[in-house]
Amino acid sequence: MAENTGIKDVVRDENLVYKKTSVLTDKVMHYCPGCGHGTAHRLIAEVIEEMEIQSGTIGVTPVGCAVLMYNYLDIDMQEAAHGRAPAVATAIKRLMPDKYVFTYQGDGDLAAIGTAETIHACNRGENIAIFFINNGIYGMTGGQMAPTTLLGMKSSTSPYGRDVHMMGNPLKMTELVAQLPGTWYVTRQAVHTPASVRKAKKAIRQAFENQKLKKGLSLVEIVSNCNSGWKMSPVDSNKWMAENMFPFYPPGDIKLEGKLVGKE
Amino acid sequence: MKGNEAIAEAAIRAGADAYFGYPITPQSEILEYLMAEKPHERTGMVVLQAESEIAAINMVYGGAACGRKVITSSSSPGISLKQEGLSYIAGSELPCVVVNVVRGGPGLGTIQPAQSDYFQAVKGGGHGDYRLIVLAPQSVQEMADFVDLGFELAFRYRNPVMILTDGALGQMMEKVWLQEQKPRMTIFPDWATTGKTPDRERNVITSLDLDSAEQEKFNLKLQNKYRKLEAEEVRFEHTDTEDAEYLLVAYGTSARICQKSVRLARDKGIKAGLLRPVTLFPFPKKPLKELAAKVKGILAVEMSTGQMVEDVRLAVEGKVQVEHYGRMGGIIPTPEEIVDAIGKNFLK
Repeated sequence: MAENTGIKDVVRDENLVYKKTSVLTDKVMHYCPGCGHGTAHRLIAEVIEEMEIQSGTIGVTPVGCAVLMYNYLDIDMQEAAHGRAPAVATAIKRLMPDKYVFTYQGDGDLAAIGTAETIHACNRGENIAIFFINNGIYGMTGGQMAPTTLLGMKSSTSPYGRDVHMMGNPLKMTELVAQLPGTWYVTRQAVHTPASVRKAKKAIRQAFENQKLKKGLSLVEIVSNCNSGWKMSPVDSNKWMAENMFPFYPPGDIKLEGKLVGKE
Repeated sequence: MKGNEAIAEAAIRAGADAYFGYPITPQSEILEYLMAEKPHERTGMVVLQAESEIAAINMVYGGAACGRKVITSSSSPGISLKQEGLSYIAGSELPCVVVNVVRGGPGLGTIQPAQSDYFQAVKGGGHGDYRLIVLAPQSVQEMADFVDLGFELAFRYRNPVMILTDGALGQMMEKVWLQEQKPRMTIFPDWATTGKTPDRERNVITSLDLDSAEQEKFNLKLQNKYRKLEAEEVRFEHTDTEDAEYLLVAYGTSARICQKSVRLARDKGIKAGLLRPVTLFPFPKKPLKELAAKVKGILAVEMSTGQMVEDVRLAVEGKVQVEHYGRMGGIIPTPEEIVDAIGKNFLK
């Protein structure tokens, strides 16, 4: 006669196949349900735990939805002014070259107000990692047009859709910085499916590992959804992202070991 | 050596960990001297030319948040660009030294010396309720000395310090005594982001608090710090104030000129004296109030349209007539015209 197994008998250390990383705090995240930020945070935290670099990592948070990231990661962190994270991280790394330093920035932060800081940190080849969350919108301020908003895409400041004559083209910052000799590793990822999450985690790990080489900057773009800003359900927003964002922002490696992918 | 060079050398000798800057006249010699001197070979100090003043001040933020001694310098238009970063630095209670080698303005203005950034320096400058500790050197010697003093005050109070000087002192050459090399710090403040070790909670450097009650509490904490500064850190000098009937109040280059004006006035039989604020924030309110009870008139001399004069008037609380004499646009007043101004204002 089979033993009567209840849930309490199953939840045992020896049966554990997955648990929350110790580098994430117990603080409840403020992100909208379905948003990609939480997953991106978790992946960074898991990589830090797996590499055992909790005491060796300093993070820099942006202005935007991820402004409160320092509440969720159990590491030393600095909150930068809007767009200035790459400059802040430059100083941290120059003063503590043996630490792992990363910035976590949205599209408005990295590709609009912080364009100069981003390009120059990349061009100097600072040995830091930049994690760039691109959801094509200003989430925290309520869904305004971002530099990466697609043509025709509606936002609160492009209510009839982004018009190229009036508002210009969306900016591919990731492709742009890949051209600079200071970048060592440039890739575009997503976190909307289990397969993409696994790939994104590998890319994040690579960006941390690269800092040991001291050969230049690693930038990982994560194309993400903003279901609240896009005014869609989480599931619909991920579907919309794959159908509309990926054709313009195709996932995949752009630069590996200092060489543009697909070029000699 | 030049005032600008003295600041640069003093930064190395004070054991500074980093300088981040961007060229602008009339202070580019600071960055040039540091690049030529290779302090990374002498002390390990980092020197980096940033892409803008905005980037430079944010590098200062990043370095200061690691508990390091970090310094930057610029001149008026560049200091305007740094205001956002200074507000964040003050709001995060980070120590640093910022040098403003002032030139005339507004706008692109001129590259000649002026004292027209007084309001910006002593009233905050960026957004929000905050103050910088402001030191006003009057010689190349003080340009050098105030770097070390600035770091000491910055770390004691966890507050940004500004050395408010001008193009005349930056470019002027004088003999200067330099202190022996101080070692760079090896132990960092317990709040610094140096990597979370298992024996402590994580350190977070931020100026954000979305809870209004907490934000107000933090503002009150800052105000308490500023009141403490006013009680304990006021620095000033006076010349011939014992029997003075007419008091000049001036800082920096203007104070240097006013020393000569006091002698010229006394040669003419006018009993003049000089009070020189060395700290512009905290401002020497108390000594001014005391002197106001003894003199017949006060003349604030500034290379501006009259900024410090407002603080002089507040300090003396209407007890005595306070007037202003100033030159603008990069013109430095002569000692004689200041003596004439005493006559025109008070001896008619």
